[in-house]
Amino acid sequence: MLSTADLKTKIEAAIPGTTLKLVRESLLLENPNDLLKVARFLKESDLGLDYLSSVTGADYLTYLESVYHFYSMAQKSGPVVLRVRTDRQNPQIPSLTALYRGAEFQEREAYDMYGIVYEGHPDLRRVFMWEGFEGWPMRKDYQQEDSETLEMADVAWLENQGVKVPEPIKAKAEELEKQGKRALAQKPGQPEPQ
Amino acid sequence: MAFSPNASQVDDGLKSELAKKGIVVTTLNQLYNWGRRSSIWPMQFGLACCAIEMIATACARYDIARFGAELFRPSPRQSDLMIVAGTVTKKMAPQVVRLYNQMAEPKYVITMGACSIAGGPFIDGYNVLRGIDRYIPIDVHLPGCPPRPEALLYGLMELQRKIDGQEIETTEWYQKGLKREYPIPDFGPHGLIPKFNPEVWNPRETENRKERYGEPILIGRKDKAPNLDLPPAPPRSAAPAPAAPPPEPAS
Ligand code: SF4
Repeated sequence: MLSTADLKTKIEAAIPGTTLKLVRESLLLENPNDLLKVARFLKESDLGLDYLSSVTGADYLTYLESVYHFYSMAQKSGPVVLRVRTDRQNPQIPSLTALYRGAEFQEREAYDMYGIVYEGHPDLRRVFMWEGFEGWPMRKDYQQEDSETLEMADVAWLENQGVKVPEPIKAKAEELEKQGKRALAQKPGQPEPQ
Repeated sequence: MAFSPNASQVDDGLKSELAKKGIVVTTLNQLYNWGRRSSIWPMQFGLACCAIEMIATACARYDIARFGAELFRPSPRQSDLMIVAGTVTKKMAPQVVRLYNQMAEPKYVITMGACSIAGGPFIDGYNVLRGIDRYIPIDVHLPGCPPRPEALLYGLMELQRKIDGQEIETTEWYQKGLKREYPIPDFGPHGLIPKFNPEVWNPRETENRKERYGEPILIGRKDKAPNLDLPPAPPRSAAPAPAAPPPEPAS
């Protein structure tokens, strides 16, 4: 098994135009569009990394990241860790499903939790949360609902079902509606000075 | 429903005296409740780790059969007791309410574990319901994470005590107009709609969590991210050992 630095030189030599960066024990791919080429090289060259064990999303506040762990079943080597960064506003990364079938559900999960769009994925839908859920719950700025305060949608639903909603709860919901606010859980705190 | 011990009209001393002679004195209520309490059929479903403990309770060592509740039924139509054993995720909650609605009267519910009572360790999560008592009424709450099998047996005994206190003439399920079906929540854009059913549950007036443990300590974990360009922080065990205690003064 090559060291990470040797692997970096090898990949850069084999695929001209790719730039990799050493991040701790992993390789950061500078241009996400090269991902498919690099993954194909890892799989089909003599490295033989034929098993993609995980596709993970991560939120680093200023960017989103997708982390890949490759192993070789034939050579019993690995993992090779590859990172790809993308911006938060319009996160797009090429999908590896065409190369590794196993990536399909893992990419769906990263999409579900972080909203990373894997281009070329055959069926990019939510996998854990239901259809119609809004927002990306594992992102650090996700604002959770306050589960103790009813909103007007809840009140309307309950009254539609014939449930009597107590006045104070209803008044609170109407108040929120008037201000155009949602009932949100307490915000995450300020970071401690480091 | 109020709990009242179902005392027989017959003096206890006299009763045992008669029993020695082979005469059994009872009331219809007692006989009826004895029959019901001794063959509670729980529903066979588990939601998370607590279910493993429920399975252990049903196995030979703890043997829930001693209390007559060994017949776990795979259908809500055939069961009297729902043991909500485990984490109720928001995705699962509508099914749990639906199962409750499908059970035949009389029906009882035990919530097993911190998760089904109030969300447990996942109380702050976006995905876990903060207690199934938001949608259906509960008879016995059984705290623990997970409760030991003995605790589940104790919970069952408490339920039996409750059954003992019920009377045929006044029980709810023989009354007219009993409504024990609750609306099944829907999936909304941010969680379940409604967040709770005010017929069954209302927000507490005092914040027990804050009262007991004070304000939450906000460490801002969600506003921080590691900087990968810096070398990783050393593991805790690598921290310098505390200085050795000063040597004993020579005497
Ligand atoms: S209360 Fe604890 S043991 Fe039970 S389901 Fe929740 S986490 Fe698991």
